[in-house]
Amino acid sequence: MLLTYDEARHFLSRTGFGGTPDEIHRFMTLDRRAAVAQVLAIPTNKARTPPPTWIHRLPPLPHVRKQWSQRDRRLFHEELKTHGQELKAWWYHELITTPTPLLERMTLFWHNHFTSSLHKVRWPPFLHQQNVLLRLYAVGSFGTLLHAMAKNPAMLLYLDTQTNRREHPNENFARELFELFTLGEGHYHEQDIKEAARAFSGWHVDLRTGVFRVDLRHYDGGSKVVFGKTGRFEGDDILSLTLEQPEVARHLVGKLWKEFVSDQPDQTEVERLAESFRRSNYDISSLLNDLLLIPQFWAPENRGSLIKSPVELLVGTTRLFNLSIEDASHLIGAARRIGQDLFDPPNVKGWPGGMRWITTSTLLDRTQILHRMIRGHELGHPQGMGGMQQRHGVNWLTTEPLDLVQATLLALPPVEPLASEEDRAQIVHQLVSDPVYHLK
Amino acid sequence: MPNGLTRRALLNAAMALPLLLSRPVSWAVAGVGEARDRSRVPPARERILLLVELHGGNDGLNTLIPYESDAYYRARPQLAIPREQVRRLTPKVGLHPALSPLMLLWESKELAWVQGVGYPKPNRSHFRSIEIWDTASDSERVLDVGWLSALFERVPLPARFTAEGILLGKGDAGPLSGGTARTIALHDLAQFLHQAGSVKPASVPTTNRALAHILDVRGEISQAATDLQGRIQQAPPIGREFPAHRFGKQLELAARLISAKVPVAVIKVTHGSFDTHAGQLAAHQRLLDELAQGLVTFRAAMEEQGLWNEVLVMTYSEFGRRVAENASHGTDHGTAAPHLFMGGRVKGGLYGTAPSLTDLQEGDLKHTLDFRSLYATVIEKWWGVSGAPIGLGRYPLLDVLT
Repeated sequence: MLLTYDEARHFLSRTGFGGTPDEIHRFMTLDRRAAVAQVLAIPTNKARTPPPTWIHRLPPLPHVRKQWSQRDRRLFHEELKTHGQELKAWWYHELITTPTPLLERMTLFWHNHFTSSLHKVRWPPFLHQQNVLLRLYAVGSFGTLLHAMAKNPAMLLYLDTQTNRREHPNENFARELFELFTLGEGHYHEQDIKEAARAFSGWHVDLRTGVFRVDLRHYDGGSKVVFGKTGRFEGDDILSLTLEQPEVARHLVGKLWKEFVSDQPDQTEVERLAESFRRSNYDISSLLNDLLLIPQFWAPENRGSLIKSPVELLVGTTRLFNLSIEDASHLIGAARRIGQDLFDPPNVKGWPGGMRWITTSTLLDRTQILHRMIRGHELGHPQGMGGMQQRHGVNWLTTEPLDLVQATLLALPPVEPLASEEDRAQIVHQLVSDPVYHLK
Repeated sequence: MPNGLTRRALLNAAMALPLLLSRPVSWAVAGVGEARDRSRVPPARERILLLVELHGGNDGLNTLIPYESDAYYRARPQLAIPREQVRRLTPKVGLHPALSPLMLLWESKELAWVQGVGYPKPNRSHFRSIEIWDTASDSERVLDVGWLSALFERVPLPARFTAEGILLGKGDAGPLSGGTARTIALHDLAQFLHQAGSVKPASVPTTNRALAHILDVRGEISQAATDLQGRIQQAPPIGREFPAHRFGKQLELAARLISAKVPVAVIKVTHGSFDTHAGQLAAHQRLLDELAQGLVTFRAAMEEQGLWNEVLVMTYSEFGRRVAENASHGTDHGTAAPHLFMGGRVKGGLYGTAPSLTDLQEGDLKHTLDFRSLYATVIEKWWGVSGAPIGLGRYPLLDVLT
């Protein structure tokens, strides 16, 4: 059965950043299976936006830094800040222009799963490299992603593997590996963390080359006991042993359910999906295929039941209204104000998300930012609605019938009833101001 | 938030919560279990905590100065405050001269200094360390709800409160982040009232939990705006002129809100940046000068309106700074530092033990008091809530309040 307008709208808002009437109509020529296949057909995992020029640079070495004057240090910090902004701008550009929104949504998902921050890592090229890795396996194999992430320079620095040495082990990575990345709390013992941490000792990024290495002088080659098994385990062995635990698939499926379906996972379905996720050797693409085809995903009662993240809200609005993105600093600042600074998650747990996105201060700020965006003030083109209709692709806001404009902008009927006599710009303003606009 | 419970439902249901706790707690009566003249104790709703975040990591050693210590002068050939300029509090410690205005409060015993405040396994990252302070967590344990949010979740304020917390200035929600705490960010009062004025409080019945949450938050904004507007209009004018700097402006607004009897438990202001890696002498002098001028004006304004007994001022900061100065006439990220309590009900004096300047850990002070003791003191002694855990544990109380 072909998708209805509402179904296609729901599908695009959950797998991407929403759709214009044209995009929605295109998906109405597909049934569910074909629609899912369509968004999962991702020809390239490479970002199309050209990266900043500095992405291959290596950080200055400690003995160089020691020689620095006060001025050198200040200039260095200023450059770090500028490059951080450029990195964020690069991703926003890709988020807004991508032809494969699901890849971006999954890259955002993994960015919030395998967190790392500019604040801690203090070297934007490493964060860029991590983003490239996230998108490479975003819909690939979770096992491969996990093994690669454990050796990723930004991650090695973010969770202190860099300073994990036989002489004084650092358990940070091992703890988060079990608690956040794979098993979830309550499915491992403190002793597993202590033992696993030893297997990652000596792992580091060689700052002279930017390449992952194991320093055997600091590596603990002794016997370890993890999950009741004994052996001279190395880091990769620990990751493989972890991936054998059935909790990994349950943990990830539960998290993806909350991302795509609803805030209350159906345990029976989670169990079934987790089982086939494990059997597929952690193939993320086939898991997403299954997840997006379960009846709960399409159930009318689950539509508009999730809250848009700041990035989804801003990127979605920019795409829908075809706003200019020449200066991404407004978007970066706006997203930060309402609680999501890309490449700078609040801590290793990432953004808590869900209802936590909406507080008394973020709700007011969200509304104000949206008003400025559609008025064009904040994003640097002052022509407003009048100009908007001449802009390519946004004619629909003024030419399409009112009920279609409403059904495009909102997942559910508005809380505030519309006054039908208002002019179109007023109505669009009102729809965007409605609480329902924050739902997906 | 537990599934299926809306924020409002949680707030209402929680009215019964104190009865579930091991010991009786109440917001209506202060100082539960303490022998004291009840008639003189203001009701708890009028017990406001004014949090002053010293953003960036304040240099404790140049704030509360161990002027009798040779080690201090050895570690800081450029930055040490000369002995004769120190405003002496005790035979061992004294204040930075820029804090002179606070001497008045010290002498009238309305100012308490707590020494050596920090935590085990100190983290020297601004970002991580303030998170540890905000969430009252252990150094290696990540919690994501602020210590005040966690408190208000366990022991909610009555619904008639405008909000649990009001944020002034540019600082984040910090201790009020996460959880269900209603926090109003009032960077600009007029702008807030304008923005909130367009929020329609209309509530519609819905089974959609996400929508219900947004509608609840909207209701809170609307209630807060109505409340603020009404009360501020009727409030007596502030008879004091506050210093014109940003910190002074925040305290002025705090004073207006308190005089207007806005029902709120916490007001947070932010002062900084104290991240004085270079050229510290002049920068720190200015920061402390603004701090002291702001606080004495605030105190005078509160005193004038008879409200000084209803406010407790507490400073905090992510860390102190290293003992030794660096090559740029500044100081780098350190560990423990002193903090102050001020208020009409504060017992003045010096609390805790000054950290040793010779027995250091990797060049840093060893803390002598866990910062969570300050929080425990606020919760139990100021608000009279007993039995609430701070972060993941319980901490000894300070006897700084009358």
